[in-house]
Amino acid sequence: MTATATPPMVEAIGVHKYYGSNLVVKGIDLSVTQGEVMCLLGPSGSGKSTFLRCINHLEKINAGTIRVAGELVGYRQHNDRLHELRDAEIATRRSEIGMVFQQFNLFPHMTVLQNLIEAPVLVRREKAAEARARARTLLERVGLADKADAYPRSLSGGQQQRVAIARALNMRPKLMLFDEPTSALDPELVGEVLDVMRDLAADGMTMIVVTHEIAFAREVADTVTFMDDGVVVESGTPAEVLGNPRHPRTQSFLAKVL
Amino acid sequence: MKRSDPGVLGTHTAADVPEPPKVVPVRRYGQWVTTVVLLVITVLVIRSLLTNPRFQWDIVFSYFLNGQVLDGLVTTIVLTVVAMAVGVVMGVLMALGRESRNPVVSGAAALYIGFFRGTPLLVQLIFWFNLAALYPVLSVGIPFGPTLASGSANTLITPMVAAILGLGLNEGAYMSEIVRAGLQSVDPGQTQAAHALGMRKGQVFRRIVLPQAMRVIIPPTGNETIAMLKTTSLVSVIAIPELLFQVQAIYSRTYQVIPLLITVSLWYLLLTAVLSTGQFYLERHFRRGDLRPAEKPFLARLLARRDPLAQPAERKQV
Repeated sequence: MTATATPPMVEAIGVHKYYGSNLVVKGIDLSVTQGEVMCLLGPSGSGKSTFLRCINHLEKINAGTIRVAGELVGYRQHNDRLHELRDAEIATRRSEIGMVFQQFNLFPHMTVLQNLIEAPVLVRREKAAEARARARTLLERVGLADKADAYPRSLSGGQQQRVAIARALNMRPKLMLFDEPTSALDPELVGEVLDVMRDLAADGMTMIVVTHEIAFAREVADTVTFMDDGVVVESGTPAEVLGNPRHPRTQSFLAKVL
Repeated sequence: MKRSDPGVLGTHTAADVPEPPKVVPVRRYGQWVTTVVLLVITVLVIRSLLTNPRFQWDIVFSYFLNGQVLDGLVTTIVLTVVAMAVGVVMGVLMALGRESRNPVVSGAAALYIGFFRGTPLLVQLIFWFNLAALYPVLSVGIPFGPTLASGSANTLITPMVAAILGLGLNEGAYMSEIVRAGLQSVDPGQTQAAHALGMRKGQVFRRIVLPQAMRVIIPPTGNETIAMLKTTSLVSVIAIPELLFQVQAIYSRTYQVIPLLITVSLWYLLLTAVLSTGQFYLERHFRRGDLRPAEKPFLARLLARRDPLAQPAERKQV
């Protein structure tokens, strides 16, 4: 083992994933450096959400490796064997990766503030007062300081998603995963969520965003990766992939959505 | 009329709301007939209660606070509480067992539920009571190895222990299905979000899944508790001095069968009313975060003014 420069934040090599007998991710190689914003585009069913969920081990991969900040996800390597990690160890690694879901998945029986401090207090054993102070700052940042004591069901979709982002950020993650964060929103609410994500990207957060918002990808992404049928078709800067796609499948996809 | 936001209901002040149009409600003749019939029946029942001397109300109430009856009452309450506690604990364990990835565990849980739901409770009670006939000596030890401690089944399984085992283990089988339905009612996205935040399985269950499942679990559990209160009367057959057993002991001496049965019935009704009230507050507690209006109690509905233009019950944030 030689000491190398800082490893990429996410490094996937030959990732395969089956659902039953159905191969949905067919060998993905991909690398995201610290501070990079990568947008994953592609038709639905192309395996992008599944791949995203493999990164924090919500789905187990069937072949290949994924490393986050140089560490294997879900396994420990010993000689040439992989040992499954215990639930507690997996949980610890997951706690450093924030995730935002299409359906928000806020905890409906807790207020907004309780949603934000639940994991820091329970998982990180932080003092409630500390977590609460940081939570209020985050709520201010996403423009919802006045909603701290509201219950999630009383909020609009856009507000709920902004709370969900703040909830993930309150764990101070080194990587944020977004799984179609605006797909369940009314069109007029998409903008407020993208604004928060834009702000986060400008702040230097490493982000992987599965999205259908081409305009957002063009403006914010450092890298755009186009996936189809479980493989990466092409990857590059927004100007390359969106402005001058080389692969016919990318061209036909962009022709339909633009 | 100024309306800044015409799309949103409930934002304008009272002065903005126009006079309601005159609306003639639909005449529901069927409901009137039903109401009259029910009122007549009610009057007849009350008259009979007051005029039939064989109810012997004086005797009913003279035994209401009788020492022997109150002793039985305490035993009934203790049995209900302990048996339900055993039932809830077994129910949660068996529900988790059923959902286990390990087929041996889920099979064992299914077997437990199948056995205790598949045989009559009365048979189970008598079985536990007579356990000594099957296993005269009960012992604790290493399987296939030495015995560490042992005792006679007759002294270990007292009638009270038999009653608690019989009622509690049987209840566990029913509770496990209630708990399982509750756990399945929680959106899988909740578990995923909690895992993604780094919470462990136990934490996800305790903090996220169970509190949300409680909304589904509480109402049928309230039902089960009320049923259990009355089912404890079954253990009178194995000579547990609970409420029914005590009044049977009294009326076998005095032959005042009907008034004493009314005495116990009144006690059961009273306890059931107390339990229902408790259930109401428990349900309200676990509704927090839910914006749908809670169901109003019976009296409030009876006294509510019939207003055809009434707004649906206002959204109240609990």
